[in-house]
Amino acid sequence: MSDSSKNGAAIEFRNVSYSLSPGHELLTGLNLQICRGETLVLLGRSGSGKTTTLKLINHLVSPTQGEVYVENRPTTQWDPIRLRRGIGYVIQDAGLFPHFTVERNIGLVPTIEEWPAERIRQRVRELLLLVGLEAGLTGRYPRELSGGQRQRVGVARALAADPPILLMDEPFGALDAITRAELQREFLSLQKRLQKTVVFVTHDLREALLLGTRIALMESGQLVATLAPQEFAGSGDPLVKQYLEAFGAAPSACADRGIE
Amino acid sequence: MNVFQFIVQNRSEVVELTLEHLWMVAASTLLAVLVGIPLGVLITRWPGLNKLVLGSANIIQTIPSLALFGFLLPVPWIGARSERLAILALTLYALLPLIRNTYAGIKGVDASVLEAGRAMGMTGRQLLFQVELPLALGVIIAGVRVATVISVGLATIAAAIGAGGLGEYIFRGLAMVNNQLILAGAIPASALALLADASLGWLEKRLSPG
Repeated sequence: MSDSSKNGAAIEFRNVSYSLSPGHELLTGLNLQICRGETLVLLGRSGSGKTTTLKLINHLVSPTQGEVYVENRPTTQWDPIRLRRGIGYVIQDAGLFPHFTVERNIGLVPTIEEWPAERIRQRVRELLLLVGLEAGLTGRYPRELSGGQRQRVGVARALAADPPILLMDEPFGALDAITRAELQREFLSLQKRLQKTVVFVTHDLREALLLGTRIALMESGQLVATLAPQEFAGSGDPLVKQYLEAFGAAPSACADRGIE
Repeated sequence: MNVFQFIVQNRSEVVELTLEHLWMVAASTLLAVLVGIPLGVLITRWPGLNKLVLGSANIIQTIPSLALFGFLLPVPWIGARSERLAILALTLYALLPLIRNTYAGIKGVDASVLEAGRAMGMTGRQLLFQVELPLALGVIIAGVRVATVISVGLATIAAAIGAGGLGEYIFRGLAMVNNQLILAGAIPASALALLADASLGWLEKRLSPG
């Protein structure tokens, strides 16, 4: 990807709208800058446009209006294949290929990028270590793994070619509370080391407060507010208040303890 | 003389007819695979063609086999030899299960798997050959299995236009009102069908992912 820009934005939405059909807008007039190295959390309920926002970044969907800039270049002008290979993608049920072993799943992007076999093997070993999986799992199939292991493989696969940007769509949503807390902690320490630009979708306020450097609150296809986690409790926005009420406990305490 | 004595006494002819039969089934199934699978893939890419392709294959399926042989008779080159004609007719009948199963198999691939593949920058071709077709393989083989079993039965009718195969005995038996002769064609044909069903069933199980 191109060298660093003046404004430091890795991703920028400029007045972006997206509609499936005329009159049915999923996203309206989105303006948002995502800085290099930050973890921006898109928080909102189902149907608020979070996932659509995410898919606009790697051009899985095309904006109906406006432009999404990745590395200062509109996604519509990127070769979609090149764009996507530079962006890691993690989804809720991991989306692992059921007919590929763990090793082939993780090595997918390096393989289609035609890295030499030995380098791929080495990279897979590195990644397993990075996401806390035993090296003995390489020959397993996804169905032979636990939910937490599958999600770790999903993260490893997204990181395989060392992309500068990582998109995560409720990656820990389907996990039990304990495994989720474990993966959240590991995500934080991993992110401290790797400093990727992360866009993280969740509907869980606690997760948002814990993981995000900034939180973009979305509702009905619109961006309501962009706040730092510590600003959240003090915000007067009615929607923010609704969230705080819905999630009960004082959110700042949750964020400090890092558990649910 | 019972059927089995007849088969033993005429074994060289039985073997010859069985091989003719097998050849018609194998050649037509292979042709149907070569045409049907790409057509099945095509209609997953251009859903607009879906109705046309599946509809045509469906209509072919409804044409009575003897009538289809008759329709194909005037076709140049094909009509010149009854064996070619029989293979073409059997191919046409085998198309529907192949197209339908290829389509259903690919459509059945988990959407999140496909999305992950696309999001990681796989090209359409890579997705097709590395993800969609391998994951649909079990369903596609099931289609080949259905097509083959239908073909083994239908190929007996090819004898009516002189294409040979085990139908020879059946038609001869019908003409001579000789049940033994009919069975001499029907029993090996059934055995072939069962054998094809079992071996392709085994393959289907082996190749189904997950």
